[in-house]
Amino acid sequence: MAKIHVTTEINGDPVEFLCEPEQTLLDVLRDELYLTGSKEGCGSGDCGACSVTLDGRLVCSCLVLGAEAEGKRVETIEGMADGDRLHPLQQKFLEHAALQCGVCTPGFLVAAKALLEKNPDPSETEVRYWLAGNLCRCTGYDKIVRAVLDTASDMRGS
Amino acid sequence: MATALKFDKPEGDYQWIGTRPLRPDGVDKVTGRAKFGADMALPDMLVGKVLRSPHPHARIKKIDTSKAEALPGVKAVVTAVDFKELPHELSLAGEMPINYRDVGRNVMARDKALYEGHAVAAVAATSASIARKALKLIEVDYEVLPHVIEVMDAVKDGAPILHEDLITVGVEPAPTKASNVAKRVEFAIGDIDKGFAEADVVVERTFDTKPVHQAYIEPHACVASVSEDGQAELFVSTQGHFIVRAHCAKLLGMDIAKIRVTAAEIGGGFGGKTVVYLEPVALMLSKKACRPVKMQMSREEVFKATGPTSGAHMRIKIGATRDGRITAGEAELYYQAGAFPGGPIGPGAMCAFAPYDLENVKTVGFDIVTNRPKVAAYRAPGAPISEYAVESVVDEIAKTLEIDPVELRLKNAAKEGTRTAYGPKFGKVGLVQTLEAAKAHEHYNTPLGPNQGRGVASGFWFNIGGETSATININDDGTITLIQGTPDIGGSRASNAMMAAEAFGIDYDKVRPIVGDTSALGFTFLTGGSRATLANGVTTREAANNAITEMCKRAAKMWEIPEDAVKWENGHALPAGDNAGKFEPLSMAQIAKMAPKTGGPIAGHAHINVQGAGPSFGTHIVDVEVDKETGKVDILRYTVIQDAGRAVHPSYVEGQYQGGAVQGIGWALNEEYIYGEDGKLQNAGFLDYRIPVASDVPMIDTVIVECTNPSHPYGVRGVGETPIVPPMAAISNAIEQATGIRFTELPMSPPKVLKALDEANGG
Amino acid sequence: MASMRYERPETIDAAVALLAGGPTRTRVLAGGTDLLVQLRSGMIEPDVVVDIKAIPGMRTITAEDGGFRIGAAVAGSELKEHPDVKQLWPGVVEAVDLIGSTQVQGRCTMVGNLCNASPAADSVPAMIAAAATVCVVGSGGTRDLPVEDVVTGPGKTSLADGEFISWVFLPSRPARSGDAYLRFIPRTEMDIAVVGAGVSLTLGEDGTCTAARVGLGAVAATPLLVPDAAAALVGTKIDDAALENLSAAASAACRPIDDKRGTIEYRTRVAGVLARRAAIIARDRAKGIASANGGAH
Repeated sequence: MAKIHVTTEINGDPVEFLCEPEQTLLDVLRDELYLTGSKEGCGSGDCGACSVTLDGRLVCSCLVLGAEAEGKRVETIEGMADGDRLHPLQQKFLEHAALQCGVCTPGFLVAAKALLEKNPDPSETEVRYWLAGNLCRCTGYDKIVRAVLDTASDMRGS
Repeated sequence: MATALKFDKPEGDYQWIGTRPLRPDGVDKVTGRAKFGADMALPDMLVGKVLRSPHPHARIKKIDTSKAEALPGVKAVVTAVDFKELPHELSLAGEMPINYRDVGRNVMARDKALYEGHAVAAVAATSASIARKALKLIEVDYEVLPHVIEVMDAVKDGAPILHEDLITVGVEPAPTKASNVAKRVEFAIGDIDKGFAEADVVVERTFDTKPVHQAYIEPHACVASVSEDGQAELFVSTQGHFIVRAHCAKLLGMDIAKIRVTAAEIGGGFGGKTVVYLEPVALMLSKKACRPVKMQMSREEVFKATGPTSGAHMRIKIGATRDGRITAGEAELYYQAGAFPGGPIGPGAMCAFAPYDLENVKTVGFDIVTNRPKVAAYRAPGAPISEYAVESVVDEIAKTLEIDPVELRLKNAAKEGTRTAYGPKFGKVGLVQTLEAAKAHEHYNTPLGPNQGRGVASGFWFNIGGETSATININDDGTITLIQGTPDIGGSRASNAMMAAEAFGIDYDKVRPIVGDTSALGFTFLTGGSRATLANGVTTREAANNAITEMCKRAAKMWEIPEDAVKWENGHALPAGDNAGKFEPLSMAQIAKMAPKTGGPIAGHAHINVQGAGPSFGTHIVDVEVDKETGKVDILRYTVIQDAGRAVHPSYVEGQYQGGAVQGIGWALNEEYIYGEDGKLQNAGFLDYRIPVASDVPMIDTVIVECTNPSHPYGVRGVGETPIVPPMAAISNAIEQATGIRFTELPMSPPKVLKALDEANGG
Repeated sequence: MASMRYERPETIDAAVALLAGGPTRTRVLAGGTDLLVQLRSGMIEPDVVVDIKAIPGMRTITAEDGGFRIGAAVAGSELKEHPDVKQLWPGVVEAVDLIGSTQVQGRCTMVGNLCNASPAADSVPAMIAAAATVCVVGSGGTRDLPVEDVVTGPGKTSLADGEFISWVFLPSRPARSGDAYLRFIPRTEMDIAVVGAGVSLTLGEDGTCTAARVGLGAVAATPLLVPDAAAALVGTKIDDAALENLSAAASAACRPIDDKRGTIEYRTRVAGVLARRAAIIARDRAKGIASANGGAH
């Protein structure tokens, strides 16, 4: 079958790839580009483990066709740290022990970053609703929410 | 935030234990670098997929795979005939015994498909789309049989029989006819008739619970590679890679030494990743194709084909005197095991009354097969079900007697010397401390608003030790590599490195903890039973002691003094006795540097069947608000109080408490397997299998009680499982206070709650 | 499936040509939040997927005649960020905002929510209450259709083969108007509505309701426009008695099913409760009173 040629930008780098028409952006990231930080927990947009941003907009990469990435800007967990400097959210997640198994963590971080870019001073309720599409089965969310609130507070202060 | 209550004096000030350093695997997990089960790729790798039965119960008359095999790109097809038929043989898997015959038949259906989603064939192909296409080309001739889904339907006369050779165990005389009842268990002390006769009040209720799934976010995944000479590599997300190796060797008839299993980072398990599903299939496909094969389940497959925990029907009867002394407790438990025998009925029956010091107890349990996926261990397997029912009745007794429910529990609490219904006496346990802490907690003493209610419940889990190995290698520069054999599911590398740093008296960041593969270390039982920190603490301390002894010998050699004239302090060898002060202390780096000249590499090893697990008790407090027009229950506030023995890394102990509580909230309010009349699962996805989301829950407050385990070098008990035991009863008890209605069925979902409210209002 | 094509036309005509291209099975892709789930599950196996997002106008919101024309590919999050639409139709915007998670909001569209033709679609009862219309394009030209005439049954619409919806129009509204949408789900997020109720109303100067529309979701094979429920409000001050009548009329209009998400009894009962609660919010909005209950989050 004919593959589609796609030209896109991922984490600031120009990227070209070939994909099958029915391959999702998540399939492409993981299986074609070996960017396995985005996880597949459900494949139906219910768990958020595959969260990425597309032209700055938070989406589930399992609900985007690879072909739709043409001409777009994609950002994934792999692009979150700046060289050897962790993003403040990454650092706070570690300090707050906001992960246990860690499989949902990339999705939470990408989603939380999108939140703080839009709303630097979210309430606990706003954090909880923004992150409601990111499932975590280990932590009960407590430490995740605290890590996000604490990061927001720090980032506002600096 | 959490507070720590210390009821025991620490045996010395610890440098690392009780602190909160960053976890060693943390950076990999916040950057996406960590490799989970599905993140591995090998050159020339194929994609494996499983064909599953669409029927809940059917005889497999014929499977024709010829068209699939002929499809270009298909490299291997397997069915049950590729696997050896295994005889009945029991072994340990999670916290429940497994029967190899059944494991084989669960991995690949043999003569019958026993549930919707039961694997019947598998393919390996060069792409996912070709593999999917190949599955459609496999022709299976089914003779559809009547099915049975609900546990009490399965015990009725005339119920469809799943296994024609299943004779109930534990009944004298043995039945002559096959049934769906696999086993009867009984635990009893005293005389319950006498106990009930002494009671002023007797409450008897029946309860029903639904199967709930562990719902780890990472679906099962593995990569298998079998070479032409029969040597196999397996990279897999599992709670126990040594167990996976043993089961695969058995199912494939391979030598254990020929299979090397590497534990991937694991994206949650909660007991559900203690048995094999894809692994033997991937190995067999790889063996046939002579190429690596990757397999991963879809979320739908996870729900349909991997183990939830049991649903149950229960009858509980408790008697008490007017002043609140419980005189007798009786439980009759019917646990659904899924398609094969072996549900958690044993621990369910043993735990039912464990939080109480009772003279007269009788619990009888039945293990019952139904046309559902075989249950797997789930966090304190069996205990949350029976304890939910008992803790509900205890609450009703407290309310009937107008005694505060915490007071009633205190009056009857299990303590050191209490004889359990299942035999042993408790040593030092911390239930009373958790109850005292609950009573004194500000949460317990805060007024409630309208339509709100507060509930409490306690919970118990044994915790286990088990076979565990550890290796500590002292590197040239004095740093250490610590190899553990339990997959790290939630921070055990951190706690293990802390215990090693503590043992040596060195910095935490000088310890590099890893999970060794099955060829790097002696056999190690899986991560389960809340054993990882407990058992690794014992072996790490022992391995460290061995390494320290060796380093003292080396120092003696360097100083040319007797070996027994050297002692170890704060990461250094010191001359002792007559030689005290005569030499400068030697650091680990100095000793390690000289190792080539003093006897070679320095290491410490331990291979121990760890005993002395410390039972763990917890008490939870929850406030709910009920919307009386919709039946919706909101969790307003939640406090977990639990005895940890000692909290090695308090953040991850709190995390276990919080995570367990929130899983319990899901179990109490919304989670359930929903079947149609056709015996098919209707909610095999996160859309309709409703686990709590971030906006459903409040912060979960925690109180860590430290009633140290005297059998453990650092006082650890194990903390992972007990937190899921109390929530269901605590929430039910809170709803009762808010509405005056005692719910006896889980989940307490809005339609059920509203119906009960309307009925209570005469509507 | 293996032969599926992906097309991204740049004009409506090109899209129509692709969609009307003979006996092929085609699907329109806008946000994809339903389509990709159906593709993956094997529920649909189209020959061609037509991505309409490159067509001019599909991703824009345009003020028009005192109302708003909203392109078929405008995402939920884009609608929510628009400063004026929320001002005019807060209930509709809140209803759209209830579709899925933040991530789904980044992609999902009102038109997709409508054309997926689920009886439980959150935005549809609110659009029905708002008297929204859609523009249907096809080889035969364009036609406008009231939202309540689009869905004909679960998964079925009145659109002919080769037709698709290019935009939805939210009309202008008189002074002293308010709308609201509420749904019931077992959790706080991420569920499909068990019941949904949208109410739009206008008050006279003395506070008497002069016009009302009530839409219900997940209580019948299609989202419903319920004139009897609206009639219970018109001519009243929307007092307790009127609200009780509204509630009864809403429940009476229900023809639900028992399924994994709710029972007939439950849906019928709660439809009345939600209609009443939504009407109170809409009334308060019409009076210019900020409502504590407005918007689920």
